[in-house]
Amino acid sequence: MSFQDWIFALHLLTAATLVGSLVMSWIVVVALYSVETADETLSLNRVALVGTATTVAGLAGTIAFGIWLAILHDAFQVWDGWVIVAIALWAIATVALLRSFVESAKPAGRARALVASGQTGANTDLAALNRTKTGLLLRALASAAVVLIVIDMIWKPGA
Amino acid sequence: MPELIAAIRPDEQSFALLLHLVGATVVFGALLASATSLALARGETRLLRLGYFSLLLVGLPGLILMRLAGEWLYRLQGWDDLPDQIEQPAWLGIGFVVADWGGLLFLASLALGGVGVHRLRNGKGSAGLLKLTMVIALILIVAYIVAVWAMTGKPS
Repeated sequence: MSFQDWIFALHLLTAATLVGSLVMSWIVVVALYSVETADETLSLNRVALVGTATTVAGLAGTIAFGIWLAILHDAFQVWDGWVIVAIALWAIATVALLRSFVESAKPAGRARALVASGQTGANTDLAALNRTKTGLLLRALASAAVVLIVIDMIWKPGA
Repeated sequence: MPELIAAIRPDEQSFALLLHLVGATVVFGALLASATSLALARGETRLLRLGYFSLLLVGLPGLILMRLAGEWLYRLQGWDDLPDQIEQPAWLGIGFVVADWGGLLFLASLALGGVGVHRLRNGKGSAGLLKLTMVIALILIVAYIVAVWAMTGKPS
């Protein structure tokens, strides 16, 4: 395997990590939907934090190795149309995901406050935070952008 | 040469590849969610159940999609028509080993986890079985990483 092959493999490994982490985060979001207690919210938050870390690693690796690959490769450039589209979609996914992490932190913060005050039973405010639409919409936007990146990478329109 | 291959890849093959990738990343995400939930459960029923049902409800459909789309792509690219004297490339062999033997391991983890979740529901000890499910999920995560490396780097 050449150095360029290794960069390509790392680009796709981090891309797989990113998409896999998104799938994982959807599993946690769906599981949170029926949670009403602080303890269970914090338990799922532990799993979500691992998903956040792998998502950030996937986002950083995908763009870094992707641009490196475009620089190394003679056949395509960073300013090619399909590459620019992919970078724009990556930026949209990144902003949406970073915002969704902020939204995900809200129920965890509320759950910690409830535990600190000794309220461990079902709580309607916490349940509402766990079902917030904002985080869901941001995650859906990011997921749509990532799916479009995969389609763009496979078909390479204009290449 | 991947961009050249992409340029000459018919749309039907691109669609099969898209389905193969979607299936693979769905099963990878389910394995990540399962292994993480089971590892961090500390005996909590909700996380133990999440770990198992991630595999069953998300991972299994992803695995089936990945395997079927992979087979479709294999036939579309004519790998099934290779003359006997030409050997299949190593990266394809690695992909089959991970998909098929990994698939059997995946089914074994579902069976073990299923018994574990059933015992959990009946208030019996299930820690060992679900720990084994987690270990298998971790082994499969490593196997999938190797498969992605082999399929993209095509070492042979």
